[in-house]
Amino acid sequence: MAELLQILISGLSSGAIYALAAVGFTLLWQASQTINFAQGEFVMLPAFFVLAGMTLFGLPLWAAILTAFVLSIVILGAMFKKLVVEPMLPHGTMPLVIATIALGLLMKESVKEFYSAQGQPFPSLFPQHVMDFFGASVSVQDLCNLAVAFAAIIALQLFLQRTRTGRAMQATAQDPRVAEILGVDVKRMVMYTFLINGALAAIASILISPVYLAKFSNGETLGMIAFIAAIVGGFNQIRGALVGGLLIGVLDNLAAVYISAEYRTAIPLILLIVIIMVRPQGIMGTSEGRTV
Amino acid sequence: MLKTLLTGTALAAGLGWAAQADTLKIANIAELSGAGAAAGSVWADGVHLAIDEINETGGILGMQVDMSEYDSQTDPLQSRALVQKAIDEGAFALLGTVYSSSTVVNMLVAQQNGIPQFTGSEAPSITQKGNPYIFRTTFGAQKGMPKIGTYLKDGLGVSKVAIAWANTEYGKGGHDAFVDVAKEMGLEVVSDVPSEQGQADFSADILKIKNTGAEAVFIYLTEEESARFLIEAKKQGLNIPMVGDTVLASQKVIDLSGGAAEGALGHVALSADAPVPLLQAMSAKFTERFGYRPDHNAIKGYIGAYAIKYGTEIVGEANSQKLTDALHGTCLDAATYPGVLMDICWDETGEVSRESFMVEVKNGAQDITTILPPN
Repeated sequence: MAELLQILISGLSSGAIYALAAVGFTLLWQASQTINFAQGEFVMLPAFFVLAGMTLFGLPLWAAILTAFVLSIVILGAMFKKLVVEPMLPHGTMPLVIATIALGLLMKESVKEFYSAQGQPFPSLFPQHVMDFFGASVSVQDLCNLAVAFAAIIALQLFLQRTRTGRAMQATAQDPRVAEILGVDVKRMVMYTFLINGALAAIASILISPVYLAKFSNGETLGMIAFIAAIVGGFNQIRGALVGGLLIGVLDNLAAVYISAEYRTAIPLILLIVIIMVRPQGIMGTSEGRTV
Repeated sequence: MLKTLLTGTALAAGLGWAAQADTLKIANIAELSGAGAAAGSVWADGVHLAIDEINETGGILGMQVDMSEYDSQTDPLQSRALVQKAIDEGAFALLGTVYSSSTVVNMLVAQQNGIPQFTGSEAPSITQKGNPYIFRTTFGAQKGMPKIGTYLKDGLGVSKVAIAWANTEYGKGGHDAFVDVAKEMGLEVVSDVPSEQGQADFSADILKIKNTGAEAVFIYLTEEESARFLIEAKKQGLNIPMVGDTVLASQKVIDLSGGAAEGALGHVALSADAPVPLLQAMSAKFTERFGYRPDHNAIKGYIGAYAIKYGTEIVGEANSQKLTDALHGTCLDAATYPGVLMDICWDETGEVSRESFMVEVKNGAQDITTILPPN
């Protein structure tokens, strides 16, 4: 029982961080039909903003994190929208997909070139203590990661459901033309979505890098897992991305402990295939009709 | 006009030939990016330090070393192509690669072309394939395992052990050698956990080990994975001795894992903290130049470059085949050949014999606890 509890908490902790990245996929898809294949690199980059702030500019950790947040929101949010999405979107989804793949490569290679190809130690925000929880040794860091990730997603949900701006963003996602007729500033709402994605990527990056180390190639795995989580959970639902992320985090741990550590990487892919066959809209997603 | 052109061409060709005759081409193929960058780039820095020293002190047989460097991107196929490229471009001897998965593939190309290759790889299979052109710069994993087994059994009094290993050529070699030693010594392997190259999440691996009653864990992972493993082990409160071979207690892992490496134990073939004056002098020069302390890979790269210099000088000419023949069954003592840092011998397979050390990580550095004789 204690073992299972430990697996669950550890899996939920990793899964919550995957969920943050997965939510980004769904947000951008809903707001602008953008599938951002650079999402993994979006999670990789903010950690290097923090490290650069600390090592190159001598900032304390808190100031470096604050700077990284601002940079992430500006570069990964506003600039991404203005410089990549807006010029490419009129040409259709496929050119934009290719553009985001190229952007991911550019970000990865730039970090490798200008910072380092090697993994970098990244300071942890939380204490490294271990707690006894019903017989299971539970890391305070895992619990804090879980709490911060959940808090971010709950705050996002509350913002979208309880505020006027949030509801305007939802209206924009559902039908931008009707939203515009109703007086919603659609362009601004879409921009907000990109800014939120930048912020979520920064949170995920700062939570995951103390354990994974900051490395230019981190986005490859993270992006893939987050993409699968978004599909498994439901690409058109934020809560679906949350469920998908958590499910993959827990399943990964369960598979590695009870089935085989060697085949653990196959588990998310098997889950993806099963979901596509059985419930293509994802666990929490809703079917969308298409016309020709 | 034609006469001028011909004269110019002849002159240019002559000058080119003269320039070529004054240099000796050596190629370094290393993991400068990809999963092995933590090992390969440090190895490359060790090579750079040695080559620059060699050139500043008159080169090899009066010729300056012209070193070309190639990034294998930790991709075995890429490394194979680059070894061929280096040979096509006239390399007389090769340095690298560090990752065994790459070396086991690319060393066949060097063998086919008759070019000696000095590798940082430690998988036992490297020197067991009958390739006369491969030379290690440190001994293979199979040589360290009996020392680790003895330490676990007699030094720590352990009877049940877990193994966390990299599912690569390097990891499999070390894993199999350790399992054989454990069997011989009556150590029960209660958990056997492989991980993929570049694996980031070790939470499940630690959980698996925690719940098997292991009294110690033998860790045979590469640098970044070792650091991630130690960070996760600390996070989850895995309070059993963590023992490794060379990598686990290396300076790179200590730097990457922060405090999580404290208390890690390791059998180390080469250490900047060893009580060996030549090693310490090399470490000081390296630290001054690159701004970080050298680990075993940096020292291996340094020794590899000097092995080429001394071997060539023993032969008396830049001849790849003669260099290869000369180093088999040869010992270089550090008093006469200071660039090898410690007395070193190569057998007929290119395997190395040399003293080694047991270390414990204390206060962010290796604390040498025992000096072990060559085997």
